[in-house]
Amino acid sequence: MSEQKKTSVHEPLFHLAKRSSVNPVRATLIRVAAIVLGMVVCGLVAFVLIEKLNQNPGKIGDFYNCFIKGSFGTERKLWKFLKNMAVLQCISLAVTPAFRMRFWNIGAEGQTLMGVLGSITVAFYLGGKIPEWQLLILMFIAALIYGAVWGLIPALFKAKWNTNETLFTLMMNYVATYVVSYFLVIWVPSGSSTLGKLKFGKLPPLPFGNQYLLIILIVLALTALLFVYLKYSKQGYEISVVGESVRTAQYSGINVQKVIIRTMVVSGLLCGVAGYLIGAGLDQSVTTESVGGQGFTAIIVSWLANFNPLMMIVTSGLISFLNSGAAQISQDFNVSGALPDVIVGIILFFIIGCEFFINYKIVFRKSEAAGKGVTK
Amino acid sequence: MEKKIALSMRGITKRFGSVVANHNVDLDVYEGEILSILGENGCGKTTLMNMISGIYFPDEGKIYKDGQEVVIRSPKDAFDLRIGMIHQHFKLVDLFTAAENIVLGIDEKGQHNLKAVNSRVSQIAEKYGFHIDPQKKIYDMSVSEKQTVEIIKVLYRGADILILDEPTAVLTPQEIDRLFTVLKRMREDGKSIIIITHKLHEVLAVSDRVAILRKGEHIATVNTCDATESSLTEMMVGKKVTLDIDRSDPVDPQPRLEVKGLTCLDKEGIHVVKDVSFTANSGEILGIAGIAGSGQRELLEAIAGLQPIASGQIIFTNPKKDKPVTFFHKSMKRVKEMAAKDAFHDKEGKPMRLKGMSNGQIKAQVAAGNVLFREDEVMNLRGKTPLEIRSLGVRLSFVPEDRLGMGLVGSMGITDNMMLRSYRKGHAGFVDRKKPRELAEEIIKELEVSTPGVNTPVRRLSGGNVQKVLVGREIAFAPKVLMAAYPVRGLDINSSYTIYNLLNKQKKNGVAVIFVGEDLDVLLALCDRIMVINSGAVTGIVDARTATKEEIGLMMTQTETPAKEAAQ
Amino acid sequence: MNVWLNFLIESLAFGAVFMYGSTGEILTEKSGHLNLGIPGIMCMGGAGGCMVLNMIGGLNLHPVLVIILGVAGALAMSMLMGLIYSFLTVTLRANQNVTGLALTTFGVGLMKVIMSKLDPTVYLVGPKKIFRWPFAGRTDALQYLGVLFFVGVAIAIIASWVLFRTKVGLRLRAVGENPGTADAVGINVTKYKYLATCIGSGISGLGGFYCIIDYMASQEAYLSLEAYGWLSIALVIFALWRPHMTILGSTVFGFLFSCSSYIANIEGITVTMAAKPLLKMLPYLVTILVLIVSSIRNKRENQPPASLGLPYFREER
Repeated sequence: MSEQKKTSVHEPLFHLAKRSSVNPVRATLIRVAAIVLGMVVCGLVAFVLIEKLNQNPGKIGDFYNCFIKGSFGTERKLWKFLKNMAVLQCISLAVTPAFRMRFWNIGAEGQTLMGVLGSITVAFYLGGKIPEWQLLILMFIAALIYGAVWGLIPALFKAKWNTNETLFTLMMNYVATYVVSYFLVIWVPSGSSTLGKLKFGKLPPLPFGNQYLLIILIVLALTALLFVYLKYSKQGYEISVVGESVRTAQYSGINVQKVIIRTMVVSGLLCGVAGYLIGAGLDQSVTTESVGGQGFTAIIVSWLANFNPLMMIVTSGLISFLNSGAAQISQDFNVSGALPDVIVGIILFFIIGCEFFINYKIVFRKSEAAGKGVTK
Repeated sequence: MEKKIALSMRGITKRFGSVVANHNVDLDVYEGEILSILGENGCGKTTLMNMISGIYFPDEGKIYKDGQEVVIRSPKDAFDLRIGMIHQHFKLVDLFTAAENIVLGIDEKGQHNLKAVNSRVSQIAEKYGFHIDPQKKIYDMSVSEKQTVEIIKVLYRGADILILDEPTAVLTPQEIDRLFTVLKRMREDGKSIIIITHKLHEVLAVSDRVAILRKGEHIATVNTCDATESSLTEMMVGKKVTLDIDRSDPVDPQPRLEVKGLTCLDKEGIHVVKDVSFTANSGEILGIAGIAGSGQRELLEAIAGLQPIASGQIIFTNPKKDKPVTFFHKSMKRVKEMAAKDAFHDKEGKPMRLKGMSNGQIKAQVAAGNVLFREDEVMNLRGKTPLEIRSLGVRLSFVPEDRLGMGLVGSMGITDNMMLRSYRKGHAGFVDRKKPRELAEEIIKELEVSTPGVNTPVRRLSGGNVQKVLVGREIAFAPKVLMAAYPVRGLDINSSYTIYNLLNKQKKNGVAVIFVGEDLDVLLALCDRIMVINSGAVTGIVDARTATKEEIGLMMTQTETPAKEAAQ
Repeated sequence: MNVWLNFLIESLAFGAVFMYGSTGEILTEKSGHLNLGIPGIMCMGGAGGCMVLNMIGGLNLHPVLVIILGVAGALAMSMLMGLIYSFLTVTLRANQNVTGLALTTFGVGLMKVIMSKLDPTVYLVGPKKIFRWPFAGRTDALQYLGVLFFVGVAIAIIASWVLFRTKVGLRLRAVGENPGTADAVGINVTKYKYLATCIGSGISGLGGFYCIIDYMASQEAYLSLEAYGWLSIALVIFALWRPHMTILGSTVFGFLFSCSSYIANIEGITVTMAAKPLLKMLPYLVTILVLIVSSIRNKRENQPPASLGLPYFREER
């Protein structure tokens, strides 16, 4: 007994081991548990932050109810939720090809903003001067070009000199912001620098269904397209090979520089589409906040879905659900509009953290037993 | 034997997932001895030693140092117990100087004083006979210099048990001699030295005792003076093996690949391949011998179109089948002229001279299809990308040294890996997975690849199976030239023989095989000719049937320039 | 005072925000962690400090104590954020980019919620004079050089000294360059990563606090903090991962960033409205230029730490 005691003191309590295979049912259960745990913590944080709740703890039920209410409370809210989700999904799709290539493009924010700017530029100068359908097509083309160029610039330097793409694309976001403010100053010389809703260049809604239905359908189609592109096309295959090992790609005759550049252009084009949906489909205007940080959220969405376009429907849905729910809370409980960020942040911590328990196992040591690992 | 036991292990077991790396190992190390740990690749030698040096923690078992039970949780614990390990892949920070690397992690009172470190490093170097510049940055060093830094690092910490993992793998024979001298001096100084190796002659040359591991288990520990190469081999592999690899005589060797004056520079402008010329013939295995990192990798990559070439030519001769001469293409006069130059032959392959025949007779012969000619396609591969080489119709297969980092995509299944070199086929924008899948299934069956399925990521397969997949794919390509770099490295005996047989089969099919190897016994037994390279230059091409190991060894090491380390 | 000298001093003072931010980020990056949560951390640092000042506002404490307590609040809050980041990325080995972005989302949001509840007349008006010692009350740019400015310069210099001249720095750099090696020589990699991230976060957080309470000293200050956080990450590249270089770099950044609004006040120079955004774009463009030039020159010493962004797991096979 005494000997056992001695060794148990000396040995480490536990050590980590990587799981050789991932059980999908287990993984799903862990993720759901993480979200539930995150929601509980959100509730606790809410007690501190929300005065109404602080004074009247019985309202905690209302607090959670807001999540349902925010996304599914009324038909209008449901469509709004779907619209938000579609835009987020579109940007998430855009970052995915680059990520599968292990090109850490965190410039979707800027690329999408440039897409918005591209379409609005066309609408600003040509709106009313040419037929609306032509205008819409030109806006689309401009959005694509702007987005693609913004993605192309860092890719060129990455391909040629291996310039760090994470930092480069990050900087490009801010350059894009100031490009937009530059044009706003030029277009609105009055000093307010706020461009009102333009009269022309609005993507017409479908003759049936909700005004957002067209956007949602476009994004659904893009999702399917990108899934097929990545999984079944030769270019998609090349992206996977380059992502795994540049040396293998060279060995198999892939022109790595070309693939990097082409894939970033694809990413940029998709950002352009997202920008077009925002510019022509929703806002008919541009501000420096047109994308509102969704370019960054999209990175998280794509990563959570393991870069699988179909899975992204679930993850972008989850993030949008949390956002609309939290927005409902700030409205109902009369707190700062920044609350959604706090709630999304907390839930994200739990989801990000739980990946560890999916990929690794903790092996606790038992001093007396023959080292049988107890997994948690 | 009045020697004191310095370290002992009892009942050590370590598992990685379902793989048992070490099972119930007992081992003793005495003070002032050199102990060899001998075993094949993958027998758990390194894992066992990693548990003494604190990299891994054993699942079961106990370790005693100087009679006391100890728990080694981290490398720091190991250092505190005066145990130091020199890993096969050097654990050095490239950006730091030798001295900075040596003091890294030491808890010493007082100021961070690199000057004092420098002088102490020089002292240690002098004591055991090393040469070292403490101020030199690691990224400027040769492999041997880096190893010296590693050893001094361990000595600086006052280690009295030194573990060296495959210390000679990357050294020239002169450097090996120097290392062994140093090790013997340390032994006289009372230190215990453990060498992990799979090279028998080194075991016999330097160690006092040998511990043999097989498949994770400790088979025996014997005194070196009682051991012979064959007794050790028997214990190591479990059964007697003869190194007799089948070798048939080359049939009708024809020049297939001619390399002329090939020179390659690396990024810093240093010659990695220097004026290399050789010819690889069909139906023959050409071996390439040399110290690791002598330019073998660069040479093969240059031929495959993966390495920029500074100067030289790579001429590939694509053999064509015999064709009958017709007057459709050539006039009677031209036929006569060419015949005079021995351009034609008959069905037996003998030269066909039309001299003395009348025009009518010639016409009759030609009409009967008896006058044959052959025009081999001759192409220069210099400056072509792998894709261009392939689109020229040159069937050049390449089994690179780095299997998962270059030859295969680790996260993809066998099917997707089969497509790696052929996915471009067809004009559609989409990949066709049907044929690759069939090929994958065929390779699994033919080469007995053990895998859960065609879509299991190849990274999860064992080294031998990974290599079978890679070689299988390259052979399925029906190559005219097959280049294989260290194709049996890390493989067990059975898998190695599978690979040798595959190469021999290709040779019989008339393929020009280029085999880069490290084990001279294998090179001598398998190849027809052996080209020896040293620091990027060819030092000779010998007949493998008559050459001796000593002869080749000498050619590998003629100059004193240290071999530049192959980039990892 | 000469307008240009005035301008330079203001650039120094403004730049100190980024100097704090990027000194902290450099320490973190030197341990191999690209912390994109810096904007959130700086925000929370500011919020933490202001929360404490808001609480002690009515107590009429000794000025030195006010400074210490405010700084302690900023440090505590931002180090807590650093702790979340290191727990997720070091212990749970989560993707660093994703974790950092989530941290920024969370931090910026939480700061806005907190700041909207605080009373600027309590946390700002009184303490502002204390923090602007020794030049409080002056009308030229010197007024901006408060206590925390000098502390910041000292921290940047000390951080450089620790990184490049001490044993601890050598070890930290080894962890960031090659954690496997560091581990093999007995350095506690996890401890160093935690410490570097948390101390780095603390320093960055002070930058947020300095910005709100000293440099900008306005109740809207917190709204621009996020942008300054991103600029701090840019400055890391500009400074080539050397903390003392951030002093120079931050001045340049401050100069470029504020010249749009400042230059118009200087007689003889007229700036059109349209030029302002272009001038504000300059720091980012300059950073991109530095990034490109250093990647073309490819000098070993000027590259990001070799293991930046990669998780470390000892028993990886």
